[in-house]
Amino acid sequence: MLSIRNIVKQYANHRALDNVSIEVEKGSVFGLLGPNGAGKTSLIRIINQITGPDSGEVFFNGEKLNPSHISKIGYLPEERGLYKKMEIGEQMLYLAQLKGMSKQDATKRIKYWFEKMEIESWWKKKVEDLSKGMQQKVQFVATVVHDPELIILDEPFSGFDPVNAQVITNEILELNRKGATIIFSTHRMESVEQLCDSIALIHKSKKILDGKVKDIKNLYRSNTYRIGFEGQLTSTENTMFEILDQTADNDLNYLTVKVQEKYSANDVLKFLIQEVQVNEFMEVIPSMNDIFIQNVKN
Amino acid sequence: MNKTLLIIQREYLSRVKKKSFLLMTFLVPMLIIGMYALVIALSINGGDNVPTVEVIDDSGIFNKGLKDKKSVKFHLSTEPLDQAKQKVIADDGAFLLHIPKDIASGGNLELFSQKKAGLSVMSTIEDQLNDGLRNKMLQDAGIDAATLDNIKPDVNIVSKQLTLEGEKDSSSGAAMAVGFAAAILIYMSLFIYGIQVMRGIIEEKTSRIVEVVISSVRPFQLMMGKIIGIGLVGLTQFLLWIILSGTLMTVATNVLFKDKMEAVKSEMPAAQQQIAAQSGPGTDIVKAIQTVEWSYILPAFIIFFFGGYMLYSALFAAVGSAVDSDTETQQFMLPITLPLLFTYIMSFSFIVNNPDSSLSFWLSIIPFTSPIAMMVRLPFGVPMWELALSIVLLIGGFIFTTWVASRIYRIGILMYGKKVSFKELGKWFMYKG
Repeated sequence: MLSIRNIVKQYANHRALDNVSIEVEKGSVFGLLGPNGAGKTSLIRIINQITGPDSGEVFFNGEKLNPSHISKIGYLPEERGLYKKMEIGEQMLYLAQLKGMSKQDATKRIKYWFEKMEIESWWKKKVEDLSKGMQQKVQFVATVVHDPELIILDEPFSGFDPVNAQVITNEILELNRKGATIIFSTHRMESVEQLCDSIALIHKSKKILDGKVKDIKNLYRSNTYRIGFEGQLTSTENTMFEILDQTADNDLNYLTVKVQEKYSANDVLKFLIQEVQVNEFMEVIPSMNDIFIQNVKN
Repeated sequence: MNKTLLIIQREYLSRVKKKSFLLMTFLVPMLIIGMYALVIALSINGGDNVPTVEVIDDSGIFNKGLKDKKSVKFHLSTEPLDQAKQKVIADDGAFLLHIPKDIASGGNLELFSQKKAGLSVMSTIEDQLNDGLRNKMLQDAGIDAATLDNIKPDVNIVSKQLTLEGEKDSSSGAAMAVGFAAAILIYMSLFIYGIQVMRGIIEEKTSRIVEVVISSVRPFQLMMGKIIGIGLVGLTQFLLWIILSGTLMTVATNVLFKDKMEAVKSEMPAAQQQIAAQSGPGTDIVKAIQTVEWSYILPAFIIFFFGGYMLYSALFAAVGSAVDSDTETQQFMLPITLPLLFTYIMSFSFIVNNPDSSLSFWLSIIPFTSPIAMMVRLPFGVPMWELALSIVLLIGGFIFTTWVASRIYRIGILMYGKKVSFKELGKWFMYKG
């Protein structure tokens, strides 16, 4: 779907992107993660053809990125706004037509989306009369009104109230089910890790990690488990696992253990069952944030 | 539809639909008509409240009285001076002129009043007394009154332009007036519409809509769309002004002043009427305006307005893109304001007096100054090749400024919350892609 190859973007005294390559699969939900100032927005602007790279190439559906792709991309920028004095309906029409839609198509699609978002009555309202949350709904409609194949959302949930955030998330996932490819860009890694199929981590202008979320997590699995049980372990000294943490809550005891490489989770479970009443047994999977921190430290 | 056209359409419609646009469109012609009507009304009525000057003539030279003029009337009084002075103290509108016995040998005239007399009253009195005294002295020297009446030179220059098509009446006064008006109009509108471009860009930048828009169109398209859209608003405004003022002026002349003008004519003796028909009050203005070659000046005005506007608004656009608010624009405005102000001052102090000098030529050729300077020169007659050269250079000039501005603009609109210097702008200009 989207293939970013060896992108370099140099500003006067700093390099915003340093040889970044990323593959985004068709129909996936892709997370572009990294702290503020890592270069995410620079990369997104290049995909949107707002700026050009100094070197490197971007391919969209196998074709070199060109102006005809603009109408196939929907972009919700981090810094987003609307014309304050313009009527909402008129404004949506304008933005949709700028994306290359005909007036009739645009009107139809806007009406569809306004109904879906339950904002039909806003057509004649001016933006300055809307609350911030209301404006965000309108901005979201502007992003997806032209049925883009690729939807890019830069920090989509910053400033959204939880209710709207949920509404928008559901709409995004539905669009994804219908075939749209989604790119989330955010510095709040925990906010999207359950939504994303694949991610790329960007730090200080460089891509430091990418791949399927599942694979990455597997890669960073540390064979650590959390066990909740009743009763007492007779022998805490064993060759099977090493106890990292131990807590107790009323009758329940909790252990966080690192299982030695020779053994599997089942082996541990078998052993535990003989000893205690097991209530919980769960693998501790590192969060994206943990993985990020681990990577940055290296 | 072409995206630039869409942008032009939005910029144009969103402004033309505003109430302030409608207001300006109707208000300005009203003001023009109002001023025009005032000029005519004044020239017919000669203003109201004409002061009457009581004259006490001790010398006896002016015993026939002084002639009443538009701005002042005279009344020969026989009262003693002290009694007349009391009247002046009682009435704050009264004037008393005392002509002493020794006026012929250098005595001073005295004009008594509570208020200081206006300049026109003073000069009218001085003129009349000088004339009267001169006549008296000439008569004393042995020249009789009849000879004197015959010696009244009256020189009046009728300027005629000699061209291949033959002689044409031309009025330097009217030409100057039209040149002035056009230059002032261009000077003001370059600012008014240039600043609208700048504000529009700042608005897009601060409201953050700009990033959404330029993910659909190239920054250059957005900038050009805005510049052209607002320029068309300006042209629409001018066109409406011209049409409205023209219509209103015709209506006003015919309805409001027809009877008055006829009344004035019927009061005059028959011989004077003929002269009045040609140069009566109001008509001389109209006639002078008719001698101006509108078919030549109007298109030139539109070309130079639009060309100058394109050139300067591109610079305004660059400034708008570089800042976050109106208040930060100050430092960047200076290089834009300076050439405009310079030309403006030069136009009224120099070009208008020396329309064919080489400095005037250069000012009307250089793109940054030509929109104003050329309009001032044009009514005096400018060779076709100079006009053509000036227009070509102006077009070249705006292509150049637009190119420079667009390179700054594309970076500037995405820079938020950054204090920018000229050095920074230079860097932006050099960025690739």
